[in-house]
Amino acid sequence: MATIAGMQKGQKGIIRDVDLDRIPLKLLEMGCLPGNEVTLIQVAPFNDPLYLDINGSHLAIRKDVAAQIYIDLC
Amino acid sequence: MAQQIQVALLGNPNTGKTSVFNRLTGLNQKVGNYPGITVEKKEGVCNLSRGKKAHILDLPGTYSLNASSIDENQVIELLLNKNDKDYPDVAVVVCEVENLKRNLLLFTQIKDLKIPTILAINMADRMTRKAISLDIPALEKALHTKIVLLSARNNEGFEALKTQIEQFKNLPMTPCLDTTVIAPEYFDRLAKTYPAQDLYKLWLVITQDVNFGKLDRTGVSGPISFQTESISTLKRLQQKETIKRYQFINDTLKTTMTVNVAMAKDFRSRLDRVLTHHVWGYVIFFAVLTVIFQAIFDWSSYPMDFIDQTFAQMGEWVKQNLPKGDFTSLLAEGVLPGLGGIIIFIPQIAFLFLFIAILEETGYMSRVVFLMDRVMRRFGLSGKSVVPLISGTACAIPAIMATRNIENWKERLITILVTPFTTCSARLPVYLIIISLIIPQQRVLGLFSLQGLTLTFLYFLGFASAIFAAFLLDRFLKVPSRSFFVIEMPNYKLPMAKNVLITMVEKTKSFVFGAGKIIFAISIVLWVLASYGPGEFNHAPEIIDQRNPDNTLSVAARNAAIESFQLEHSYIGIMGKAIEPIVSPLGYDWKIGIAIVSSFAAREVFVGTLATIYSVGNDDEQTIRNRMAAEVHPLLGTPRFNFASGVSLLLFYAFAMQCMSTLAVVRKETNSWVWPAGQLIFMTTLAYVVAFITYQILN
Repeated sequence: MATIAGMQKGQKGIIRDVDLDRIPLKLLEMGCLPGNEVTLIQVAPFNDPLYLDINGSHLAIRKDVAAQIYIDLC
Repeated sequence: MAQQIQVALLGNPNTGKTSVFNRLTGLNQKVGNYPGITVEKKEGVCNLSRGKKAHILDLPGTYSLNASSIDENQVIELLLNKNDKDYPDVAVVVCEVENLKRNLLLFTQIKDLKIPTILAINMADRMTRKAISLDIPALEKALHTKIVLLSARNNEGFEALKTQIEQFKNLPMTPCLDTTVIAPEYFDRLAKTYPAQDLYKLWLVITQDVNFGKLDRTGVSGPISFQTESISTLKRLQQKETIKRYQFINDTLKTTMTVNVAMAKDFRSRLDRVLTHHVWGYVIFFAVLTVIFQAIFDWSSYPMDFIDQTFAQMGEWVKQNLPKGDFTSLLAEGVLPGLGGIIIFIPQIAFLFLFIAILEETGYMSRVVFLMDRVMRRFGLSGKSVVPLISGTACAIPAIMATRNIENWKERLITILVTPFTTCSARLPVYLIIISLIIPQQRVLGLFSLQGLTLTFLYFLGFASAIFAAFLLDRFLKVPSRSFFVIEMPNYKLPMAKNVLITMVEKTKSFVFGAGKIIFAISIVLWVLASYGPGEFNHAPEIIDQRNPDNTLSVAARNAAIESFQLEHSYIGIMGKAIEPIVSPLGYDWKIGIAIVSSFAAREVFVGTLATIYSVGNDDEQTIRNRMAAEVHPLLGTPRFNFASGVSLLLFYAFAMQCMSTLAVVRKETNSWVWPAGQLIFMTTLAYVVAFITYQILN
């Protein structure tokens, strides 16, 4: 299944599922919840971290965490 | 005095909460610490109508009431404790209009604690530009609250906010979410076990430690034990709570808020493209740093010269106009030079705090974190370590506290351990005075001053040694920890002059008063030690006359000989001679040795100490720099501060851990004496070895 870690710059997706055991609560609080739209805005040099727009919240996370967030690509 | 209304200001980070606080209180604020912990406590007084006053407490920014750091925990401690003297009569939750959805999560949690709550929507001036419209009456009804639209930038909406604060008794206390919907079975059981307790409060107490166990929790009351469920079950319930709350918020905003997405595209993304570019991003970042350090050195030289002159004149005035005696010489030779040694650096420290405040305020700092994360991880650090390392150029103490938002314990520990290598403002006095003595005043390429470049190099050296130490620690430290990293990328904002100035004034003030107290005390002790002595000290004139039986000396030369004899045989001279064998391989005499020892408490004491020692018995040169330049080697007759001993001193201060306050804060943040002790031993040894090698090669 596709995850945020596999997104291309500018691509959009809908979060389908989050691995709740491996994702910290803080990320959920910042809007990283199933059903929300996510856009990959920018990739940092050396391909990590990822700069995302999740449900209107702008945040950056590392690839290893991004790989735990499953999405349906738009 | 009438009873003040207790107001707590809450909100997510980056919502302009501090600007709101500054608007409400003006300069009527004070910054302190919560007892026993190093969390900053900001409070102030706001004037309401008819002489009524409100006490405003600016709580640390938090995304929710599920604590994951010591700062966030402080918010929860207060809101759960009705007996706390700061327990709010009314809570003001500051939200930002563009991130309303996320900001409301915290709002609904506070509301459910049944505290009267006002919703302050900040940055309302951006609504038109971003094509956002809100149905305020409907939103007020859905959230059971009063809403105030604010623009801290344009100073709009604050009268309305004050009115709402005054009328806090009219605020509805209805909660937003029925707690039991999170997990009906669990909460029913909870309600039966503790029938007298408020259910949501109880839930927060139970889950307080779930995400927050690692850190020191001194001064925190123990939670009620209701660990009938495992941590993972509780975590799952917290996640469920968050999801339920977002559902409520989404449903509410669906009918009350509209955003024209097409218009929301803006210059933010264009600016991001440049500032986080894989080439331009770094180029711009290093250009910004270079400009800052050049500016600090160049711009502040004018006010510094002025202060130096003023203190010299004050000392002169005291000597000439007050009756001769111990008090006058204590004032002129002890207190004034000591204080001058710290006040002279106010311009530089203020500039440094100014630039750091601007970087934070504009939102640029987050872009730097994003840009540097991958690079920093190679050295066992996090992108977020950049903030402590940069603000460490002001002072290591707030910098070490700023590591709290680094989620990974190992990355955080390494950041704490290496931050003292960065060139803090207390090293600046030492660097500046030595640079001005040993580096000629020239310009390179007609643009950069050679002295400025030397200083830039020392800053670079500080960063480089921090990074290198981190690399070593990463190899050898075995600390189990989970990798995790999340950072908000806030909107770009023009910094607000008022915020920046208040931050600058507050930080400079606390630096100067903190250091000022130590310096004041030490300079008096030093003066006493340098002005009195045992045995031979009291017979200096006779001894000098005996050595020179033919009376060939002029009056001035005889006085100078007596004074230098006295200084050498004073208490401080005796102590200095005792440590001279340790410091002479580094190129220092006993006077510099004393200055180094006395600056163990705080580095900037070094200059004050030398100023005090040299001014005892030296009436010719008035400014600190000239006194140091006039010091000569007793045997060689060459200047005391030559290139070799100067460079050796610079490097000694670059590496040495000369700051008790930093050690204390490291102890607090790591909850162990092992780390600060290791830091002290490692850094001091390194400093000694490097200074030794340098001096031996250069000399």
